[in-house]
Amino acid sequence: MALLEVKNLGISFGGLRAVDGVNLEIKEGQLYGLIGPNGAGKTTIFNLLTGVYRPTDGTITLDGVALVGKKPEQICHAGIARTFQNIRLFKKMTVLDNVKLALHDQVKYSLAESIFHVFGFKKAEAEMDARAMEILKVFELDGQADFLASNLPYGKQRKLEIARALATNPKLLLLDEPAAGMNPNETEELMKTIRFVRDHYKITILLIEHDMKLVAGICEELFVLNFGTELAHGEPSAVLNNPEVIKAYLGN
Amino acid sequence: MNRKKKLSGKSLILFRAAVIVVLYALIACVVEFKLLNRMMLSLVIPVGINIILAVSLNITVGFLGELSLGHAGFMALGAYTSALITLNVTGLPKLLTFILSMLLGGIVAAFFGILIGMPVLRLRGDYLAIVTLGFGEIIRGVINVLPITGQAMGISRIPKYSTYTIVFIVAVITILISMNLLKSRHGRAICAIRDNYIAAEAMGVPITRYKIMAFSIAAFFAGIAGALYAHNVTFIKPTDFDYNKSIDILVYVVLGGMGSIKGSVIAAVVLTLLPNFLRSADDLRMVLYALALIVIMIVNAGGYKDRFLEKYREKKIRRKAEKEAQ
Repeated sequence: MALLEVKNLGISFGGLRAVDGVNLEIKEGQLYGLIGPNGAGKTTIFNLLTGVYRPTDGTITLDGVALVGKKPEQICHAGIARTFQNIRLFKKMTVLDNVKLALHDQVKYSLAESIFHVFGFKKAEAEMDARAMEILKVFELDGQADFLASNLPYGKQRKLEIARALATNPKLLLLDEPAAGMNPNETEELMKTIRFVRDHYKITILLIEHDMKLVAGICEELFVLNFGTELAHGEPSAVLNNPEVIKAYLGN
Repeated sequence: MNRKKKLSGKSLILFRAAVIVVLYALIACVVEFKLLNRMMLSLVIPVGINIILAVSLNITVGFLGELSLGHAGFMALGAYTSALITLNVTGLPKLLTFILSMLLGGIVAAFFGILIGMPVLRLRGDYLAIVTLGFGEIIRGVINVLPITGQAMGISRIPKYSTYTIVFIVAVITILISMNLLKSRHGRAICAIRDNYIAAEAMGVPITRYKIMAFSIAAFFAGIAGALYAHNVTFIKPTDFDYNKSIDILVYVVLGGMGSIKGSVIAAVVLTLLPNFLRSADDLRMVLYALALIVIMIVNAGGYKDRFLEKYREKKIRRKAEKEAQ
């Protein structure tokens, strides 16, 4: 059974049909790419999947659980985590706290313990610290754990966003243009990290990306979107040579 | 970058305890031996109350990042609740009655915080500010017409239970709790909502719940401050809690630097004392106060302080180099 099943997904903003009749079937453990020209509706699909927008029609099912109509935080509990196209870190918080926030639902203690720092507080915080540092280590951010998130260089901010999303312990990770603004070396390194994350944490990844080298390099299956509808899907080599896809990107 | 060594664990607790004891001893000396004139001594308790108000409002404005203009409303709830209790409950020891009335004042304020927070905290920014402003005025309006609260005449002959010791203890507790909260799971969630609510939501933080939590904790301490206020001035009336009071508290928080507990405390102390220092200036008093506010704001926000310190540091280094050259 597929991990995520999206059927006939659509949303209208007034008269604009941003996404129309999109079907996605995502199997566990695979690495998927979602590509398409600007304005094709890729980020809108992410927003629909994570509950930021409510779809006008269609269904979304994760592991047998229907997600339409749920709030973003409930969808996060259900097991979808994401990063954002325009980085959305908690800027005035430290790198470590950014990740610890994502552990919010996994290590719990009561408000009374928060206010008085008693009972299980120390143990829970120590556990959070350990788990957060473990994730930061994967992204080589452990040296900057005490930095404010806004003081990190751009590339590391992107990495921190992925680390934070991972900390929520998702089944499905959505990456919105993880390589945007990175130079070829950084992209290369990012590819390795993404692959490592998939293998190490055994999660499924769906990513939006314009860097075709990255897409062709790591994705096992591609969905191509144009004007809100699916244009093609299949293996990268086949999809990227599809004349329809080339036409959508380059015109006639 | 000159980072101070961070204290942690037991040494931190000891250090804090030492600071608290020394501060208390200082205040006790000043008050008991009347080391200052009467006017200054009468300000010791108001300073403490204003610290509690500023630190608690800082939870809403600084941590949660939402502008609230109704803090005086919560203060009024606490003040009236506690005053009515101490005036009507007899038979219990004085101190116990006072502490109970204070707690109840805080709880009533927190309850209203939750009640108002539920519909209101779905709003953001300017809208929230205006609704909280309206709420504060409604509370005042209701108090103005209810017979039990003495209407516009207010409540008088409230026993003077607020001592500098009690105010000091409550202020310390407020500061410690708000510091603890900041470094906890709940505090992180609240700050995350401030920094980026879309991301916070996507990371599984139930936004409305945490907003209401922060709002009602702030309201609780405002209620307690109100109780302390009522039992210090012994006479309360609705106009004590008008929106000017809310603005005063907001000024402490903004001038102290939003989100900074230390800043809130310092601003509350300085800005409570300042108008009284300026009393000799007579008519110019409020003008000077306003000028002082503007100057502090510019120095604080414009980065002048940092630039000044930077220059000072540079000079020091240059002088050192010159000395070595000689």
